[in-house]
Amino acid sequence: MSRYAADVTALARKDLLLELRSRDTLPAMLLFVVSALAVFHFALPSGSSARAETGLLWIAIVFTALLGLTRAFSAEREQGLLDGLVLAPCDRSAIWLGKTIGVTAFLVLAEIVALPAFALFFHPLSWELVAAVALADLGIAAIGTLLAAIAAASRARELLLPLLFLPLAIPVVIGGVGASVGSNPASFLGFLGLYDAVFAILSWASFEYVVTE
Amino acid sequence: MLVGGIALALFWAPEDANQGFSQKIFYVHVPIALTAYASFGFGAWKALRLLWTGGTHYDLESYTAIHIGVIFGLLTLVTGSIWAKISWGYWWTWGERQLVLFLILFLFYSAYFMLRYSTEPGPRRERNSAVYALFGVVLIPVSFLAVRIAGTILHPTIFTHEGANLPGSMLFAFCVCLAGMLALAATLYRVELAGKRADQSLRELRELLA
Repeated sequence: MSRYAADVTALARKDLLLELRSRDTLPAMLLFVVSALAVFHFALPSGSSARAETGLLWIAIVFTALLGLTRAFSAEREQGLLDGLVLAPCDRSAIWLGKTIGVTAFLVLAEIVALPAFALFFHPLSWELVAAVALADLGIAAIGTLLAAIAAASRARELLLPLLFLPLAIPVVIGGVGASVGSNPASFLGFLGLYDAVFAILSWASFEYVVTE
Repeated sequence: MLVGGIALALFWAPEDANQGFSQKIFYVHVPIALTAYASFGFGAWKALRLLWTGGTHYDLESYTAIHIGVIFGLLTLVTGSIWAKISWGYWWTWGERQLVLFLILFLFYSAYFMLRYSTEPGPRRERNSAVYALFGVVLIPVSFLAVRIAGTILHPTIFTHEGANLPGSMLFAFCVCLAGMLALAATLYRVELAGKRADQSLRELRELLA
């Protein structure tokens, strides 16, 4: 068990270190989310409700995540690293878990910038919104990592990932928007938690089949 | 059987007090929807068998079942939209949970086809498609729940139609229609699978000759 944890930590650390040295993904995500918020300001007619603004924030979050996920396996693919990882004497689901932790870290960092920017541009945040974003991050990272691995095996990688990801992200958006504008946020937060649990277990269990040749 | 069911539905079952004749589409729409679910479920079952046992013939079976499911899903959207137009005057209403759910599923399984077409044939594609098909069958209840809890907040009015308290004659006509639709789907599945298998063996033969 502790071996598994050590493998996961090593893999997640590798991703974070790689990003720290190359700075490929995170600056792009930050710039994208802030530009998207600026675009939304002009897309909304003046006098739009706070509910509409919150809905747009969720679009920004989902698309920023998509931007990060497209890059999730690019280093592995370019260097042919995935084959090496699969051959390494560790459980393959550890690869998924390590990658998911890395992706979650990127998402959280992007939102540490995005949420204050949203509060500055639009309206103050509620704690329900922050909680919903945190829960949504886990689900998006879990499912997105698996789908990114699936898409990496196809010819149309960058094109395919959004198509695979968005239908599965619809429940996240429903839960997130419901928790941030609805009158009963607890049930939506519960739903997001359930979504995370169900899809994390499913991705964890099925990752092995996706990467094995 | 399907024809018999529709005839029963049209001429024998009593008309709904509120919706009148347009309610007859219920006998087509709901069986199609249930058949689509059944096809998706069957496809996911085959996908699970593929991952479990590694038998490569499950790939084609799963693909065919999902293919049939998508056709029935599209028919559900069309018939549901016609029903919505007649009953409520709109072609599309986000308040109708089943329609929204089917739209999500339709998008999801269209992406499944994109995945299949853009991956090289081989064990990798079989397993990736199988994993994605399994995600689909988990997405059904999850989205159902999502659309259900969202219904109360994002859409103020929900149309609740047809509880379980159907009169006997309507229920009988409905069951006949459902059985007929399932039989139709099973037949289509057989035909399509035979066609796809023939196609595959033809391709293998060609490769051998080339």
